[in-house]
Amino acid sequence: MWESLKEFASTFFVTGDPLIYGSDVAIVLTLAAIVFVLTKYKKWGWLWREWLTTVDHKKIGIMYLISALLMLFRGGVDALLMRAQLAFPNLEFLDSNHYNEIFTTHGTIMILFMAMPLLFALFNWVVPLQIGARDVAFPFLNAVSFWLFFFGALLFNISFVIGGSPDAGWLSYPPLSEEPFSMGPGQNFWIWGIQISGIGSLMTGINFIVTILKMRAPGMTLMKMPMFTWSVLSSCIMIIIAFPVLTVTIALLYLDRFLGAHFFTLDGGGNPMMYINLIWMWGHPEVYIVVVPAFGIYSDVVATFSRKKLFGYASMVAAVMSIAIVSYFTWGHHFFTMGTGAGVIAFFAVATMLIAIPTGVKVFNWMFTMFRGRISFKLPMLWTIAFIPCFVIGGATGVMLSMAPADYQYHNSYFLIGHFHQTLIGGVVFGYLAGMYYWWPKLFGFKLNEKLGQWAFWFWNIGFYVCFMPQYALGFMGMTRRYYTYGWDYGWETLNLVSTIGAFLMGIGFLFQVWQILYSIKNMEKEKDTTGDPWDGRTLEWSIPSPAPFYNFAVIPKVKDVDDWWRIKQEKANGTYKEEPVVLEPIHMPKNSGIPFVMAVFWFIAGFGFVWEWSWMAIIGMIGVFACMWARSFVYNDEYYVSVDEVRRIEASYGRVY
Amino acid sequence: MANHGNQNAHHAAGHGSLKSYVLGFVLSIVLTIIPLVLVMNPVLSKTATVVVIMMMAVLQFVVQLFFFMHLREGEKPRWNVQALVLGIVIVLTIVIGSILIMTSF
Amino acid sequence: MQQAAKHLEHGHAHDHGHGHHDLEQLKVLGFWIFLVTDCIMFGTLFATYAVMMHSYAGGPTPKELIEMPGIIASTFILLTSSFTSGLAVLAMNKGKLKALIGWLVITALLGLSFVLLEISEFTHLVHEGATIATSGYWSAFYTLVGTHGLHVSIGFFWMLALIIQLPRQGITPVTNRKVTTLSLYWHFLDVVWIFLFTVVYLMGVM
Repeated sequence: MWESLKEFASTFFVTGDPLIYGSDVAIVLTLAAIVFVLTKYKKWGWLWREWLTTVDHKKIGIMYLISALLMLFRGGVDALLMRAQLAFPNLEFLDSNHYNEIFTTHGTIMILFMAMPLLFALFNWVVPLQIGARDVAFPFLNAVSFWLFFFGALLFNISFVIGGSPDAGWLSYPPLSEEPFSMGPGQNFWIWGIQISGIGSLMTGINFIVTILKMRAPGMTLMKMPMFTWSVLSSCIMIIIAFPVLTVTIALLYLDRFLGAHFFTLDGGGNPMMYINLIWMWGHPEVYIVVVPAFGIYSDVVATFSRKKLFGYASMVAAVMSIAIVSYFTWGHHFFTMGTGAGVIAFFAVATMLIAIPTGVKVFNWMFTMFRGRISFKLPMLWTIAFIPCFVIGGATGVMLSMAPADYQYHNSYFLIGHFHQTLIGGVVFGYLAGMYYWWPKLFGFKLNEKLGQWAFWFWNIGFYVCFMPQYALGFMGMTRRYYTYGWDYGWETLNLVSTIGAFLMGIGFLFQVWQILYSIKNMEKEKDTTGDPWDGRTLEWSIPSPAPFYNFAVIPKVKDVDDWWRIKQEKANGTYKEEPVVLEPIHMPKNSGIPFVMAVFWFIAGFGFVWEWSWMAIIGMIGVFACMWARSFVYNDEYYVSVDEVRRIEASYGRVY
Repeated sequence: MANHGNQNAHHAAGHGSLKSYVLGFVLSIVLTIIPLVLVMNPVLSKTATVVVIMMMAVLQFVVQLFFFMHLREGEKPRWNVQALVLGIVIVLTIVIGSILIMTSF
Repeated sequence: MQQAAKHLEHGHAHDHGHGHHDLEQLKVLGFWIFLVTDCIMFGTLFATYAVMMHSYAGGPTPKELIEMPGIIASTFILLTSSFTSGLAVLAMNKGKLKALIGWLVITALLGLSFVLLEISEFTHLVHEGATIATSGYWSAFYTLVGTHGLHVSIGFFWMLALIIQLPRQGITPVTNRKVTTLSLYWHFLDVVWIFLFTVVYLMGVM
């Protein structure tokens, strides 16, 4: 018995690597510390009531943000490990297996468990406030989405200490990801972590489309919405048309592995190329899903910090919506070299070049907005200005890649790596950081420290160019992606070392941000936002106090114009503002619920069972999931009213008298 | 786009009548029997048969959309119709795109 | 503007009366959008089936193994159940609770028959040597047809939950919405079956 237990443990736990053992210890200690603190300060009830069962979009947004930042840390560490291994030729810091695992987890985490939750954090924080709503259309579903993401991410993340990491790249191409070539649970962790959190993403897409279409304040027509909200609508449309394809594709891969099906196998009538076709049908819209909301942030920030209306609002709307549709027709450019016919390749090359046009329109509009504006170089604006040249270069290299014949040289080289990191970091990460800085005071009631933020900004930016510009050159010099080492005879060593230095500079930038957050929390009284409008903003979210009261708006506003808050302030300043008689009414709010959390736990159990191919556990988990749905169906009492007196009291505590 | 309820209709979607459901049911039966007969007793060429049965399927889809799912009713703006149109475009892209790509090697 | 002023005069909670109607409208729209995503999911499975339509890998073909009588029965059973779910909605709109529940029970029984027929069909195919692992064709077959069957099964349990809730709750804006979304789901599944029947079964035995 002891023997079989030891044998089980040796496959269940990842063994043989001191770094892993160190991580095991760190994980156990951290969990113990959390349990200890919660118990000592008797906070379990608080945790359950305030956070685990919340359906408040603002709190859900905060939980998404914390998760995303933790994942940024892990993904970043993966990056630094890779760059350390590549700093010099023939290093043996990471062997090839370990290196494969790390680039796989790096990519998967950054896109699916860092960028997605970061954008959902901002969707949740901002959209209801920008449209004058009190919550999203489906608050319960919103909580389900978060907890599915959380437990899906958790499932993926434990793989490096339990069972073993996936190592077939962030998209797990077959036949490498099929059973004979990737034995063991690692690949299944990839499938199920993504599958579970993917369902959450799909639900978020549906939620925000209905919210934006149906819950805008009276008078806010579609063409009076803030650009960030438009960009969220565009992104959510892409989510709902792309994620079902991902769900099916990775399920089919799992059927191949678990039941011996022949979808993507080399034998039995399978076709691995169909996987690549399908996965990129999701994969291409996915990168637009993550970048489009960043574009929306830039629009709002640029207008606010140039103190000027956004240039070309209608063309911005047309651009962001056409990106949503055209993005669905470019997926073939990810496999120009796979051997499809010339007609297919030509179509995708042209479609890809076309999609650069609306993006270009947006860049010009941002610049025209800044022209003759009164620019204030606060952190959100710094990141926005930095994004423009960075993303334009990244986008231009994208157009280079879209030239299919040329792509035969660039494909899967470091040129490609330079391109997608430039667009993802320069576009997505810079954008979400700008958004985080911009909307932080609305959520937390204080600004983040400017000085520390500037240090972070410069380290990130300089580090970025130092890290990635050499990679374009390395691509031209023939360096292929996913190499774990290289020899002295290639002449790649100088540029690789420079690139590694750049990566570490970015890491220092991240450390400054951590310091900035901790310092600002400690000193929150100094940077307190007492007016609710710390940036002299233009849109509705700045008309309510900071941090926003749980019901958001005491009175639903009546909107007249785009940038309506700015209109109100202007009219108040020049005496033309017509004061409306305001009557407080009881506010209808959704009740908290424990079902989303419990259901997600059952999904985790099911996922864990599927990963290890322990059918009994998978079945128990799925029964639990359906039991939760059944229980929810019988809930008829899931809302309550906030009395006028309470609203008046809360508003008075912010100095607003009704 | 106000978030007021703007009418006092007390049902959530279109309603239809017994006539429309019966008509839809009968049409669907007919549109099922014709392809069945054509396949079980082939009178047309294979290609022609495939085209005809696909057309019947699309027709039955449209019948059920209007007679069972009341697509034409429902309050404006009809977001559900727009969503459906988008969905159909996407499904066609996925199916036709995959077939074109995977047979182009 | 006028509408807003009227609201203030009456002073009633904005969300009372209209509120539940609005809320239920939101849920119906949300459900339509979910159906569109489900459509796309099935579309992907259809695309996979189309690409693997002839990937028999030297093994059994659908022409050899598919038995049409059971499929024809299933088709008419499901179509009828779609019709009866419509009759349930009609009864609900006329306020007839008992008739509503009765038609839902009939629909559920028809749905259950469909699933049982499908299970027996799959059992027969497996006995004849066509499993999900036999070839790419059969992998695609079982996944596409089976996913539809799973959807019907989930719909059956959903219907059961409503049949249990309705006697207690009666016909309210909330239960109205629940029946409405369920019937949309059920009609959608019959629409998917139309294409399954045509592409998989009719074209499979041609």
